[in-house]
Amino acid sequence: MNIDASALKFEERAVFALRSLYSRYGYSYYKMSKFEEYDLYVRNKDFLVSDSVITFTDTNGRLMALKPDVTLSIIRHFRDEPGVVQKLFYNENVYRVSQKTHAFKEIMQVGLECIGAIDTYCICEVLTLAAESLRRISPRCVLDIAHLGIVGSIIEGFSFSDATRARVLRCVSEKNGHELALLCEQNGVEPHKAAVLRRLVALCDRPAQAMPKLRALLAQSGSSRLAEQLAQLEAVVAALSGTDVEDMLRIDFSVVNDLNYYNGIVFRGFVEGVPTGVLSGGQYDRLMRKMKHQAGAIGFAIYLDQLERLGGDAREYDTDTVLLYSRSDDPARVARAVNELSRDGARVTAQKELPEGLKFRRLMKLTDKGAAEIGRDA
Amino acid sequence: MLNVALPKGRLGEKVYAMFARAGYECPEVLEPGRRLIFENPATKVRYFWVKPSDVAIYVERGAADIGVAGKDILLEHEPDVYELLDLKTGICRMAVAAKSDFRDNPERTLRVASKFVNIARSYYAAQGRDIDIIQINGSVELAPILDLSDVIVDIVETGTTLKENDLHVIDTVVPISARLIANKASFKFKNEQIVGIVKALTPLTEEKK
Repeated sequence: MNIDASALKFEERAVFALRSLYSRYGYSYYKMSKFEEYDLYVRNKDFLVSDSVITFTDTNGRLMALKPDVTLSIIRHFRDEPGVVQKLFYNENVYRVSQKTHAFKEIMQVGLECIGAIDTYCICEVLTLAAESLRRISPRCVLDIAHLGIVGSIIEGFSFSDATRARVLRCVSEKNGHELALLCEQNGVEPHKAAVLRRLVALCDRPAQAMPKLRALLAQSGSSRLAEQLAQLEAVVAALSGTDVEDMLRIDFSVVNDLNYYNGIVFRGFVEGVPTGVLSGGQYDRLMRKMKHQAGAIGFAIYLDQLERLGGDAREYDTDTVLLYSRSDDPARVARAVNELSRDGARVTAQKELPEGLKFRRLMKLTDKGAAEIGRDA
Repeated sequence: MLNVALPKGRLGEKVYAMFARAGYECPEVLEPGRRLIFENPATKVRYFWVKPSDVAIYVERGAADIGVAGKDILLEHEPDVYELLDLKTGICRMAVAAKSDFRDNPERTLRVASKFVNIARSYYAAQGRDIDIIQINGSVELAPILDLSDVIVDIVETGTTLKENDLHVIDTVVPISARLIANKASFKFKNEQIVGIVKALTPLTEEKK
């Protein structure tokens, strides 16, 4: 089968490029049903991006849902095998409520999951694939990396109430240092400890510049847990140093995923021309424990609906050629003329009347001697 | 070129004055007329005036790289943006107000009128109070007077309008001021310029303490 790449939309070309990339690294394609038992989402509601799920009753009376998420389904069907790592990628539609329009939306996602005996190599491989995915979408791209454990450990030390903790995490995700300082002050956090958190959220640098600052910032903490988490981040950064993706990486602690599900390395990808993050991922060992699995896991998803406007402006013409014929023309002659005109890949539409508003390069009419040009550029 | 969305009106003029003092001037901005976009190639900044409640949308959607929005708008709409600086101007507060003779009866659902329904809902949810929220878009002070609501949640600057209508503040929900916000992707790709503006504006906000 020959595929004319120019006939594909930008996001469709991206899917081909990404599938090929993930296959090269030994990730196998995971095909799943559009539906899943609703129960799975009720038990893990907080993990979902939106609360609402489209449900229906199956023929056997079970309450089913149109998938709002792919990761939960993959974990549900995962079997623990000590020492083994399963590497999967998917390309699925998910159904979510847009937080802005409050209406359901079908979103095409491409993503991958690396589940099992996760080690530093696996984390680096997934980060590399995330960065390479972004590069295939646009050469101008950035992958923000953070260690969620570091933010979590610092905040835990402040003994905030659940409500304050949620507000603090929102401030972290907004790089809102002034309100962080205020919340810390109102809750009796010592100024020098609050300053650590404030400087942490302000960080947005390449690893070579960010890591010395981070080391200095956390040096005074005296927490062995923080030291261990910093060492994990340093090991990942060191392994990615000198690779093709190093230039794209930024250390930025405003990447905050749900602490109940995620832990360790979390990341978010941006490409120039798209106003929001197009890629989101991280280690989700806590979700694995909640779903009674011992294995670790890391993965990411790319939201292809965000890429729609990256492919340049809309097509200049609706079609290359319009072929006008009449009712009395022999259908076989019309078919031969269409084949002839489209032989070089041109788009041809055969019409009895010229459709209103149609933009075309050439207007042809079927005559006794074949197709004859009667107009251009309209 | 960095696109900056400024809120139309008095607050926008004050904020522009801060940008100008910080070295990002574009004198045409203050010229009377119907133009909406102003550019200074020397400072690589393009300003545009938008309705104050729309600034956050322009920034979130990337039409503006940075902008200045009131904290009331940010709390109400929760846009996915970075909030980089409290400009400490446009200071007021979101408050609960009622008629002078109002006495709360916790046995009844409290009728709350407001333009800021999300802020009002969150405030009373944190107290576990059952409310009937009534969204109105103007002259909120009228609601308790005509018994449309028991209380209102609205912005209070000096309190003069409340006093003139025999209303008084019974609680402060949250202090409000103008905030510098940035689009998350722009912050990655125009980082140096945005951080430069934050650094230049910071000392000016400290003067306002």
